[in-house]
Amino acid sequence: MARRAVPISAWAGAATAALVLMLVGLPIAAVAWRAGGWGGLGPADWAALRFTLVQAVLSAFVSVALAVPVARALARRRFRGRGALVLLMGAPFILPVIVAILGLLAVFGRGGILNGLLDALGLPGIQIYGLHGVVLAHVFFNLPLATRLLLQGWESIPQERFRLAANLGMGPREIMRYLEGPMLRERLPAALLVIFLICLSSFAVALTLGGGPRATTLELAIYQAFRFEFDLARAALLALVQLALVVSAGLVALKLGRVAAFGAGRGLIVERWDARGPGYRALDAGLLALAALFVLLPLAMVALRGLPTLASLPPQVWRAALASLGVALASTALCVAAALALASVRRNWGEMAGILGLAISPLVLGTGAFILINPLISPAALALPVTALVNALMALPFALRVIAPEYARTERDFGRLADTLGMRGRARMRYLIWPQMRGAIGFAAGLSAALSMGDLGVIALFADPERATLPLEVYRLMGAYRMQDAAGAGLLLLLLSFGLFALFDWGGRRGA
Amino acid sequence: MALEFDEITLRLGDFSLRADMQIVPERRVAVIGPSGAGKSTLLALVAGFLVPEAGQLRWQGEDITGLSPGARPVAMIFQEGNLFPHLSVYENVALGVNPALKLSAAQKAEVMRALERVGLRGMDSRRPAQLSGGQQSRAALARALVQDRPILALDEPFAALGPALKAEMLDLVREIAGERRSTVLMVSHDPNDVKRFAEEVVVVADGRAAAPQETAEIFADPPEALRAYLGP
Repeated sequence: MARRAVPISAWAGAATAALVLMLVGLPIAAVAWRAGGWGGLGPADWAALRFTLVQAVLSAFVSVALAVPVARALARRRFRGRGALVLLMGAPFILPVIVAILGLLAVFGRGGILNGLLDALGLPGIQIYGLHGVVLAHVFFNLPLATRLLLQGWESIPQERFRLAANLGMGPREIMRYLEGPMLRERLPAALLVIFLICLSSFAVALTLGGGPRATTLELAIYQAFRFEFDLARAALLALVQLALVVSAGLVALKLGRVAAFGAGRGLIVERWDARGPGYRALDAGLLALAALFVLLPLAMVALRGLPTLASLPPQVWRAALASLGVALASTALCVAAALALASVRRNWGEMAGILGLAISPLVLGTGAFILINPLISPAALALPVTALVNALMALPFALRVIAPEYARTERDFGRLADTLGMRGRARMRYLIWPQMRGAIGFAAGLSAALSMGDLGVIALFADPERATLPLEVYRLMGAYRMQDAAGAGLLLLLLSFGLFALFDWGGRRGA
Repeated sequence: MALEFDEITLRLGDFSLRADMQIVPERRVAVIGPSGAGKSTLLALVAGFLVPEAGQLRWQGEDITGLSPGARPVAMIFQEGNLFPHLSVYENVALGVNPALKLSAAQKAEVMRALERVGLRGMDSRRPAQLSGGQQSRAALARALVQDRPILALDEPFAALGPALKAEMLDLVREIAGERRSTVLMVSHDPNDVKRFAEEVVVVADGRAAAPQETAEIFADPPEALRAYLGP
């Protein structure tokens, strides 16, 4: 029988695990309790279920299909700015959804660049609202994610194989067939699945670009049942359907094996001898330029349109910004502490937590929390604390993904030494875990702060006119057609999200 | 009162190790045997990283089988990774006195004395990366010194050093063990080191740790398991 290394504190880890389970379990129990019978699904609810599935499948396939050539181009080319491009592909992950929507509207919307071009050419304009708009926004977020996941796959092919292929005189076609093809067959299902899971719980995108009977996701239907009809039983029933959907998809993912890991895409450069012809070069250069433009242009438009009003934003925007900062910092502290405690009790949380995190939707948790709180006090009074808590829960899987492997490495390298010296609790934390892991902790804190800063989910359920986070305020300004102010507030949100991420990440790496 | 292995059986997957013997205090004992036979496992058992399936480990008559590594009468030096790279040499050694680095003035002086004893005077504020391999081993030894535990367990501690440096370190350990009257258990795969350093030898082979024998005796007439290991 082998003994495990001594964790920081076994009871703290176990208590955290229990607390997390309770925080997830209680709202779900509340939802199940309030949901009135299974017969209650109306035609609109079935339409929402159908739309949720259709848009998630489409988003996953389009994102991955486009990511394959982009990742291949990134993998086989070396050029100045390649590292920056890989980094740029990581940006949408921490980009607030509402900011991305603002940017996409500025490019693809009614008064956007694309329609301006079409109009100048005398062609009919395009509409961004509806299914294709929702899919477009999801591709904007997930094409970069898929590119990074697949780039990881390319980096996993040993350099020697490419050398051997070059020696055998293989061209791009043969390399695709013998090297890249097998890798893709192994990696594509995981990438598809992860994006499908993410899109199943799409709320903010559907809220802004979808809507109506033909483009409503389940999450959006929960929100509408809540806000417009104030039909708690129906919201709870829909939440239950959403839960069943994501949990069964998550279980399929578990059955199929690994869900693709996040992060990665180190920007490793592998020497390649194939695809050197000018045609291939032009193809890859064009693909990379398009991908970069697709990500950069909306961001640039937000900056461009927001800059003029940034200095003269109405006071409620600054109030919301302050509230958001508070929520983000509180949620980050909770999330990182929980991740460290969980990583110290079990080393294999990563996989399970990753799937759980994708599967549990903030709207379901929010509905449950509302049902629990409502009889006691006005839920609006607790809007910000509940948002911070749910944000911490939602960011926990990502933080665990970063922290758990580093924790395991630290314990593997130094755990026995610390054990013989009797280093436990605070001493172990201060003299072993923190100095060894500050880079990972900083990165995890940055992720969690940015995710919380940009989250537009639970707060939409809970808030009253008095209270708002910055993303909600941006959404309200958009709804009031105050697009100038919305652009300025959007830029502020963008700066705060990226700023918080950069600050934590830098703080962790500094002197490490 | 000795370090007693009382009918100990340890199982790790399909690997198992049995030990039923005792080690006399204040002796320097080498643990040798083919790789994979369980030399390091035996040390991990003594240091408390592994708990046996059956049997008892006793020190001076007291059962220590269930004690955590930090609570055992054992100071350990590993093959590598003996120092935390992010802490200074002083801090690394001071952890041996107090794992939360809260030291009295007298204890600080003791740490400095230990550094001096192993020949690292003036190196206390350096980081491990700024030390040579030999100096890193000395720092680890200084910590074992201040830990002041009766048993010193060394798991191929100087394997990364060249022959001359290794001999020097072994002599230093022998001196210090003599001064402190420590019981030393050292895993080694080099018969020359064993002859130079150890008074007794424990052979670990075929899933069993044999009782210690005098070094000179055992090399004069090696048992079957050791003969196969040493080769012609």
